Amino acid sequence: MAFGIRLHVWGRNALFTRPELKVERVSYDVMTPSAARGILEAIHWKPAIRWVIDRIHVLEPIRFQSIRRNEVGHKAPAGTIRQAMKRGDLGGLQLLVDEDRQQRASTVLVNPAYLIEAHFDLTDKAGPEDTEGKHLDIFNRRAGRGQCFHQPCLGTREFAAHFALVAPDVAPPPRNPATETPEHGFGTPRDLGLMLWDIDHAAPGRPSMFFRARMVDGVIDIPAPGTPEVLR
Amino acid sequence: MTTLSSRHDFVLIFDVTNGNPNGDPDAGNLPRLDPETNHGLVSDVCLKRKLRNYVELARAGEVGHHIYVQEGAILNEKHREAYVAKRGDDAKALKEAKEAKKLNPKGDEEARALRDWMCANFFDVRTFGAVMSTGINCGQVKGPVQMAFARSVEPVLPVEISITRMAATNEAEQKKRAEGEEGEARTDNRTMGRKHIVPYGLYVAHGFVSARFAERTGFTEADLNLLFEALANMFEHDRSAARGEMNTRKLIVFAHENALGNAPAHVLFDRVRIGRCVDGEFRALDDRGLGNLAPARKFGDYLIEIDRDGLPAGVEIRELL
Repeated sequence: MAFGIRLHVWGRNALFTRPELKVERVSYDVMTPSAARGILEAIHWKPAIRWVIDRIHVLEPIRFQSIRRNEVGHKAPAGTIRQAMKRGDLGGLQLLVDEDRQQRASTVLVNPAYLIEAHFDLTDKAGPEDTEGKHLDIFNRRAGRGQCFHQPCLGTREFAAHFALVAPDVAPPPRNPATETPEHGFGTPRDLGLMLWDIDHAAPGRPSMFFRARMVDGVIDIPAPGTPEVLR
Repeated sequence: MTTLSSRHDFVLIFDVTNGNPNGDPDAGNLPRLDPETNHGLVSDVCLKRKLRNYVELARAGEVGHHIYVQEGAILNEKHREAYVAKRGDDAKALKEAKEAKKLNPKGDEEARALRDWMCANFFDVRTFGAVMSTGINCGQVKGPVQMAFARSVEPVLPVEISITRMAATNEAEQKKRAEGEEGEARTDNRTMGRKHIVPYGLYVAHGFVSARFAERTGFTEADLNLLFEALANMFEHDRSAARGEMNTRKLIVFAHENALGNAPAHVLFDRVRIGRCVDGEFRALDDRGLGNLAPARKFGDYLIEIDRDGLPAGVEIRELL
């Protein structure tokens, strides 16, 4: 863990959708490792590296709110686009939102804040010029300056994530004392149940992988990739 | 046309007078409220809808400015003819250019061609992205423009207004009325309805434009200007009985020199300070002395200050409105 980084992220709302409740979306209680990985990748990523989330600290109390919105019921069918492309005209190529409307509620988190601890491994796509130091420098420089490839988000794109690098020699942002309850794993560890670990984009069908999340004193330890704790 | 080469963050400030900026389907179309603080909310999708509608109106039928997620009538059917005529053999050239692009194999190639074609033709796909798939997931387009929920700067108080209509919806309703008390013929057929309004609310929305994503979807400098034009004018073409008077009051853009940005977005957003105007003086909203002040009812009750001191290098503030 010589090349670890720490990133403080926060926002007004967050929605880490539970895969089992995604029509009327309900958020997990805390950020998932895959969402944390997405935030880091929004700041710096290359095919040569793979981010691994080590720990997630929950800095603010877990609170929920419900928001219902009008949404469209369909995705854009690739077949129709292919036909229109061949024909060279745009006839019939649109979604009419008020004829294809779904009202869906989302149960979102309120004022979340996290400290992400992570490191990266080099993948087999890494060339001779890809050293760990180089990528670490790029990440630290970008995160320190507030630069990003695209603005990271807390689960879904309407909930923008603000971020600040926590340098190794700097004290992490303080935890809200209101979190120091059994609900946040203080005193007794809290079992958060099975939680999405990440999606295996390399495997056919892109299966989800899960892990049994436990919050101990506001901190969730994330199992390393390939360990038996990561369930398929 | 070259794609956008630098990152932008923007603050949109708009207000509503005697209208409902965004109804909550969960609360009988009451204006959206943060239940904990009573601040008014306007969802990101609500604002994006208005942006799409504006572009649809302002750039109707123009090449590359079609709107994929449409509201109401299919205007495109009419534009299509013009579109086909305009493009002529150009389409082939365009198609060829797409196919010649060297891309990774594995059948993703076609998905990419489809994606590029959608981005080239549809402003909203190019700007906000879209999910395109059939059985096989051929991926999705993440647009460069991301908007967050808008929130009122102070708590708002929604007011319920009862209204009457001097007509009945159907005969059954008329009959029911007739069987009741006798009255004037004019009031017999009367039905009552409800409107929810916010007497006044000043809302702030934050937006982000990623230059790197712009590269992927072909979002250009001209598209950015159109986006800002739409942000400034979207309420002008969204008049309705429910909305009351809505106006874009300020549009403050932070233009970064660097494609990845020169400063964190939240630090820049904090430079826009909104306070109450007390005898022409700026007073912070959390000022305890504001307790006895009458609620805000007009834009003049607020003051907006932009802190331009010590701006991070490479960041330019553009006040577009």
